[in-house]
Amino acid sequence: MFVNIYVNHPFGTIHVLICLIIMEKQAIIKIEHLAKKFGSFEAVKDVSFTVNKGDVFGFLGPNGAGKSTTIRCLLSLISPDKGTVELFGQSLAKNRADILKNIGSIIEKPDFYKYLSAQKNLEIFARISGANVSAKDIAEMLDFVGLGNRAKHKVKGFSHGMKQRLGIAQTLLHKPELIILDEPTTGLDPQGIVEIRNLILRLKNEQNKTILLSSHQLSEIELIANRMVIINQGKSVVEGDVSSLLNSEETLVRIELNDVEKGKSVIREKLNVSTITQISGNELEVNISKKRVPELCKALIDADLAIHAIEPKRKLEDYFMKIIQA
Amino acid sequence: MLLKNTYNEFIKIVAKPRSYLGFGALTLLIAIIIFAMKADGETIVSFITASFEQTLSFNGKLVNGNLIAFIILQMLVVHIPLLVALVTGDLISGEAAMGTVRMLATKPISRTQIVLSKFIAGAIYTLLLTVWLGFLSLFVSHLVFGAGDLIVLNSDGLVILQEADILWRFGLGFCVAFLSLLTVATLSICLSAFAENSVGPIVSTMAIIILFTIIGSLDVTVFDTIKPYLFTTHMASWRSFFEDPVPYDSIIQSIVVLLVHIVVLIGITLYKFNKKDITS
Repeated sequence: MFVNIYVNHPFGTIHVLICLIIMEKQAIIKIEHLAKKFGSFEAVKDVSFTVNKGDVFGFLGPNGAGKSTTIRCLLSLISPDKGTVELFGQSLAKNRADILKNIGSIIEKPDFYKYLSAQKNLEIFARISGANVSAKDIAEMLDFVGLGNRAKHKVKGFSHGMKQRLGIAQTLLHKPELIILDEPTTGLDPQGIVEIRNLILRLKNEQNKTILLSSHQLSEIELIANRMVIINQGKSVVEGDVSSLLNSEETLVRIELNDVEKGKSVIREKLNVSTITQISGNELEVNISKKRVPELCKALIDADLAIHAIEPKRKLEDYFMKIIQA
Repeated sequence: MLLKNTYNEFIKIVAKPRSYLGFGALTLLIAIIIFAMKADGETIVSFITASFEQTLSFNGKLVNGNLIAFIILQMLVVHIPLLVALVTGDLISGEAAMGTVRMLATKPISRTQIVLSKFIAGAIYTLLLTVWLGFLSLFVSHLVFGAGDLIVLNSDGLVILQEADILWRFGLGFCVAFLSLLTVATLSICLSAFAENSVGPIVSTMAIIILFTIIGSLDVTVFDTIKPYLFTTHMASWRSFFEDPVPYDSIIQSIVVLLVHIVVLIGITLYKFNKKDITS
């Protein structure tokens, strides 16, 4: 960016040209006032948000909020009635093929040709991905998702988790810049969920991919997303940095102890904290600054209270409920 | 991209067990017909020629490979549409049922190219089925029964074709039969674009063929105006190559009607698939 400055000087005006390098974030996805009706049902009424390069962007909303419809509009599976969809600075309506070359996606659940092997399935999708994908790339990708030894096996014998991993392989095969994952952990066991979470973090940290992640697993979003939007009843309600929206300075701590009443008075007196909620006969919830958590533990121990459990409670869940109920 | 996806489509057809059902059914049916004709062919043919024996005397081998091939074609061309629709009716709706249409439509290939590649792959499959029919009916029949002149019973009377004058008629007859089957394939692909499962398009295709065939065979004045435009009216035009002289005008008219059907049906499929919201 260039700035022209004119300085008045006794000998005349001096023209100073200043070159400023401004690190502006590049918008990878820009959706404005998206709307879509199915008959008389308005699935999406007014959704707008922007995903910047390098973001892991959480896309949240209750069931029926319009998340899947919005994602399908993003991938040209559904034509929106109103609004604009821009990806990589280009209009999706005008540059569909060029845009889709740079996107890898899983929508709801990955479906494959059950009568073909994992390798054949990947070959089929690689052939129309718009990129040059070699047999070696396919073998490496199958190894990457832990299916190297099942490459020749037909997909009909795969478990849900294996299909999900094959879906991830299909998504990454053509090395896309943007990855769209709609409920990627649905139906997975805890180990599968952790695997997918670690994979997303690796994609962000090692390959600087931009990721749009729609999920009901709010704890997952809280752990891995840096920005998010919440939509409700077809409208975007709130958008921003996860840490700013959740006020990361404060945290909600759940404490399980032997004497709740004594605990309450200790916390009030020693830490001067007033937001204490008793959630059961032996459980308290305390809203406290992260830095003061050790002080809280010390105060309870010094008061001879037996602490059975102390854990930070995820705040996104509460924030999400507050937004949705509002 | 069109060629790459056509290759993909062909791989899918080859990998599906149902694709071999047509080839298996044809082989079995032709084997049964050949066995039946070997066992009782002379009686069947003498029953047909009996009414002409007062005015004509037949010398030589009437039950030969050419006659058997003609009978097989006559009998099976009515049933092969089902075998074709079994595969082509599944080409788009099968993807919707499996959910893979979502994966396909998010790739940088246009929906028009998706439909056209499916049509080309379906056409290749139909061609292979026709070639297999031709191979079994002509080659195997000739192996079992040997060659000879062909006697064809038409509405105008009996046509006797010399052995040397037959093979080209079969060749062109199979080409027109292929075009008829391709019309059926295109119809089922078109219906497939409207459905989310493969049973609907297959059953609907057969229902349309049966309905149009009944309308075509009813001697009712009201239907006379539409009969020339029904594709089923022209599906048996391969038979015209076994008339003497060959009515080329009528055959060309049939070819044009079938081609128009194919083009219109592809147009409808493209329009529907391009406008379709993929929600499966």
